[in-house]
Amino acid sequence: MKKKLGLMVTAMLTAGTLLAGCGTSDEGKTSGGDKKDFKVAMVTDTGGVDDKSFNQSAWEGLQKFGKENNLEKDKGFKYLQSTAQSDYKPNLNSLIRQKYDVVFGIGFLMGADVETVAKQQPDAKLAIVDMVVKGDNVANITFSEHEGSFLVGLVAGMQSKTNKVGFVGGVNSELIKKFENGFKAGVLTANPDAEVLVQYAEDFNKAEKGQQIANTFYQQGADVIYHAAGGTGMGVFTEAKNRKKNGEDVWVIGVDRDQHEEGMPENVTLTSMVKRVDQAVYEVSEQAMNGKFPGGKIVEFGLKEDGVGIAPTQDNVDKDALKSVEDYKKKIIGGEVKVPKTDAEFEEFKKNLK
Amino acid sequence: MPNKSNKMKFLVPLISVFLGLLIGGIIMLISGYQPVEAYVALFQGIFGGSYYFGETIRQMSPLILSGLAVAFAFRTGLFNIGVEGQLLVGWLAAVYVGIFVDAPAIIHIPLAVLAAGVAGALWGSVPGILKARFKVHEVITTIMMNYIALYTTNEIIRNYMLAPGERTENIKESASLASPFLQSITEYSTLHFGIIVALIAAVIMWFLLWRTTLGYELRAVGFNQHASQYAGINVSKNIVLSMAISGAFAGIAGSMEGLGTYQYMTINAGFTGVGFDGIAVALLGANSAIGVILGAALFGGLKIGALNMQSIAGVPTELIGVVIALIIFFVACSYLVHWLMNRVNRGGKI
Repeated sequence: MKKKLGLMVTAMLTAGTLLAGCGTSDEGKTSGGDKKDFKVAMVTDTGGVDDKSFNQSAWEGLQKFGKENNLEKDKGFKYLQSTAQSDYKPNLNSLIRQKYDVVFGIGFLMGADVETVAKQQPDAKLAIVDMVVKGDNVANITFSEHEGSFLVGLVAGMQSKTNKVGFVGGVNSELIKKFENGFKAGVLTANPDAEVLVQYAEDFNKAEKGQQIANTFYQQGADVIYHAAGGTGMGVFTEAKNRKKNGEDVWVIGVDRDQHEEGMPENVTLTSMVKRVDQAVYEVSEQAMNGKFPGGKIVEFGLKEDGVGIAPTQDNVDKDALKSVEDYKKKIIGGEVKVPKTDAEFEEFKKNLK
Repeated sequence: MPNKSNKMKFLVPLISVFLGLLIGGIIMLISGYQPVEAYVALFQGIFGGSYYFGETIRQMSPLILSGLAVAFAFRTGLFNIGVEGQLLVGWLAAVYVGIFVDAPAIIHIPLAVLAAGVAGALWGSVPGILKARFKVHEVITTIMMNYIALYTTNEIIRNYMLAPGERTENIKESASLASPFLQSITEYSTLHFGIIVALIAAVIMWFLLWRTTLGYELRAVGFNQHASQYAGINVSKNIVLSMAISGAFAGIAGSMEGLGTYQYMTINAGFTGVGFDGIAVALLGANSAIGVILGAALFGGLKIGALNMQSIAGVPTELIGVVIALIIFFVACSYLVHWLMNRVNRGGKI
């Protein structure tokens, strides 16, 4: 009896060794140790690196930086995905322990964790996107999303045939409010009679919820929907595509990246409000490499810095709308038009409009 | 032969884990990743240094409590899938007391933990009452109560306790379970005193179930409701009580996050997963207090080790999810392993 048991265990061990043999073919050491090598890394929020939005854009920026500086993936530049919010801190710590020179926390959800880790590891350099936290070793990257949203709002206002447009937000928060108020201001500037429907999905990763909200909006007569909802926004695209297939004339305005492709093949993407997280990540990485890491500072990327704007694919946008976008872009950069960020600022804006 | 069965008890889980690792390794190999490197990273990520050890224990604390919650209800024949929701209301209650009450630590911490327990108990007793009075199945009501808890807590935070970053303010120092001492000996892991609370809760569960009349009645109801009723046990009362106590454990699991790991509560976009993992932990641990602790250790270790697997060995999180699930799958299938080994042992004599 004992023998048989032994036999079984041996069989398993043999299998294990065989497997081990396969695995050692091209092993790589994890730590370079050379201090001259510059290394950057980022931690995604729970959206993951292929969220077709924000995290993905940041990773594109990091990849560009890595390629241009001949860094090797997973050694010179890499990302870690977080599947739960409790992963943020261990992921940040893990990268710092592997001696990455700059570690980016992508998204305001990570704000508190970046702040704590920065305090505990004063030698580390961290950066946080979309949030401002305390700490001399943290670079705070923010965007003027309201300015970009204003521009796409103009397009929506001018091209809506029903005079009704919709806004789908991810989670009701200070940040997404910037998108909403900028958009509403843009719509009303272009088309004072238009009505803007607003709803928050309270989730950035629930496509089915986005689809459901889009369904309601389109049913109520909206023909353009702007989404600032990450993965939830994918559902808005699905709904619009379904309706376009049935001959309805509906549009979606994408967010963060040029979401033209997400609207294909039915071609439902009117335009997108791009937020150049890639540009920001790239620039802050470069500054850090040149010894000019903006620790403790707020780096704001607006229209002026090309940090936000309207997407390069503009096939579906009318000429008039494009012209108006250019005009207002100049006015915003010049300070003639001040785009509202908060609800209170929007009410003020609306009063002055009349 | 007690000797033999002891050996089997020890061997079966070991072989189960090994089988899980083996199949997981094959899958990684097929997908083009290095299983050996990945597993080395996994084990290093659990035991390789005080930092990782601290993180593993930190991850264990809420899992022990959510496991206890599920196990406790199970003993009374109830399937509490609502741990997730009870955990959320507990979390909120703990953070609320942590922010708005002023008291010295010796009162403040127990008060906050207690608040979490009471909130969880109230939340858990609703399905209990529905089950006892109206025979509504607790699986449906507890699941629905999860959603109610998720969106209600979010709304409360948004309207009354909001701070920048989609969350509440930090709790006061005096309510915090975090310990600079524990953090400093574990190279700044997030280890906190919550593990002590969790272990005490495990002892309480064992004592309640096996050393009190109440526990005897609860278990009797679990074995056979009709027989218990015939024996003069108030079945309805016991069902409500069981759900309330189960909910209290779940609520305290929430306080681990609120008072220990985070020191605040976020507006949660979805469920934390701790409550659902608690179901697996309880079943792995055969619904016993000690089993739940071991199950939580396995789950917590794998969760923390998985982060390192991604970080060092470059295996994508999705694949890690599959591998971890396989390991747990085989552990859960230990009966199958048991049976197989018996077959092998008896050899050709069948």
